[in-house]
Amino acid sequence: MIKKEVNRKEILDTSGIQRSLSRLTLEIFERQQGKKDFALIGIQKRGVPLAKRIANKLKEVENLDIEVGALDINLYRDDFSTVGTAPVLRGTNVPFPVEEKTIILVDDVLFTGRTIRAALDAIVDLGRPKKVELAVFVDRGHRELPIQADYVGLSLNTRREDHVELYLTETDGKDSLILESIK
Amino acid sequence: MSLGKHLLGIKDLTKEDITLILDTAEKMSEISFRPIKKVPALRGKLVVNLFFEPSTRTRSSFEIAEKRLSAESLNFSSGTSSVLKGETLLDTVLNIERMNPDAYIMRHSSPGSCKLITEYVKGSVINAGDGASEHPTQALLDALTIRQKKGSFEKLKVLICGDIAHSRVVRSNIHLLKKMGADVTLCGPATMIPPYIEKMGVKVETNFEKALSQKDVVMMLRIQLERQEKILFPSLKEYFLTYGLTEKRLKLADKNCIVMHPGPINRGVEMASEVADSKESVILDQVENGVSIRMAVLFLLLQGGENEDSN
Repeated sequence: MIKKEVNRKEILDTSGIQRSLSRLTLEIFERQQGKKDFALIGIQKRGVPLAKRIANKLKEVENLDIEVGALDINLYRDDFSTVGTAPVLRGTNVPFPVEEKTIILVDDVLFTGRTIRAALDAIVDLGRPKKVELAVFVDRGHRELPIQADYVGLSLNTRREDHVELYLTETDGKDSLILESIK
Repeated sequence: MSLGKHLLGIKDLTKEDITLILDTAEKMSEISFRPIKKVPALRGKLVVNLFFEPSTRTRSSFEIAEKRLSAESLNFSSGTSSVLKGETLLDTVLNIERMNPDAYIMRHSSPGSCKLITEYVKGSVINAGDGASEHPTQALLDALTIRQKKGSFEKLKVLICGDIAHSRVVRSNIHLLKKMGADVTLCGPATMIPPYIEKMGVKVETNFEKALSQKDVVMMLRIQLERQEKILFPSLKEYFLTYGLTEKRLKLADKNCIVMHPGPINRGVEMASEVADSKESVILDQVENGVSIRMAVLFLLLQGGENEDSN
């Protein structure tokens, strides 16, 4: 086997991630124009801590109490026949009605758009939200479906074969945004 | 992690496999409480429910699990099929196989029958009870119920009482509870306890009141009235007097003890009505967990089987 050399580069560290997330949160607040009828639903697994962080910031800075849910899209995926083993379920927990609310889906990395397609199917099984929006921490391009984010923390130019990973303290022990590219 | 392709018995599973199934089932349970009780995970998969012995609970539980995961199900029971016309098990299976199913859920009176058909089918085989051998999904739903009520299995004192010899539920439960670190005692009339059962790592105590002492979990087995051609005890009344779980006897167990039963219960035979309906009874939780466990097993086997095929 030919050993491929992988170039590993840290794009953002803890403070960079915090700054981008603050900007993203502010954008959400401004777009909602002081309305309180919205809720955040994080996509398992790293979308969930991101959604919680956004909610905490909204409380801290704007004194808004926003509900947070968690969505597991593994039962809605379209790529089962191509992945080997059954994925680990982390569970869906949306402890509030989604009806009559704007639901902001939160995820770490937007790539092909297939996760979001699955998330939209999962959301409508829970009820009929007034509106669904999408907030992602990184948009790395290369969409395979007509899906667009409403809020983006960072747009990143990547090649299709690159690998982008957002590590978070809650799930991985530390905050770091990594771009891995094969030379 | 992958479970492999079939679920034939608890005997073949590791502690990690069992934990994966229980964790997956825990996450699946929420689906049953949604306004739309369905997810598309197994869309387009065909599951055949092949029951050569009567079953209401297990079969309807599997059927609901299949529907909640959007699989197609085909029901096949010996009473209404060509088995009555003399077709053999293997011929029946080979015929169904040409309809290209992705999984078989099978119950049959012969131990090892599920293992036998794995050699003739492409899809997964899930044992829903083969003779007195195993009934793995029952042991798994019991385990999920125990874990929810007790937190863990380590050093847990479990008593299983009743017709040990005829029970596949017991065999699967002994394998599972031992693997998970629990302490298992069996009880029942000596005529219903198979010789050498201690070799499975369990204790045997034929005095029910002694056996109940300090137990955290008391699992009562159904007296299989339909299998009583051989007389194993004098009368149902006498059985209840000696081995029936009453409120008074239950006090001998740990004060936070739970009472389980795989169903269907014979009230006034295995246990008094008041015990079946008491706050210690988790019998209906077991039924509810049955659907989640079967959803988890179907999902893990049907989505995890690809590995084996491609290798």
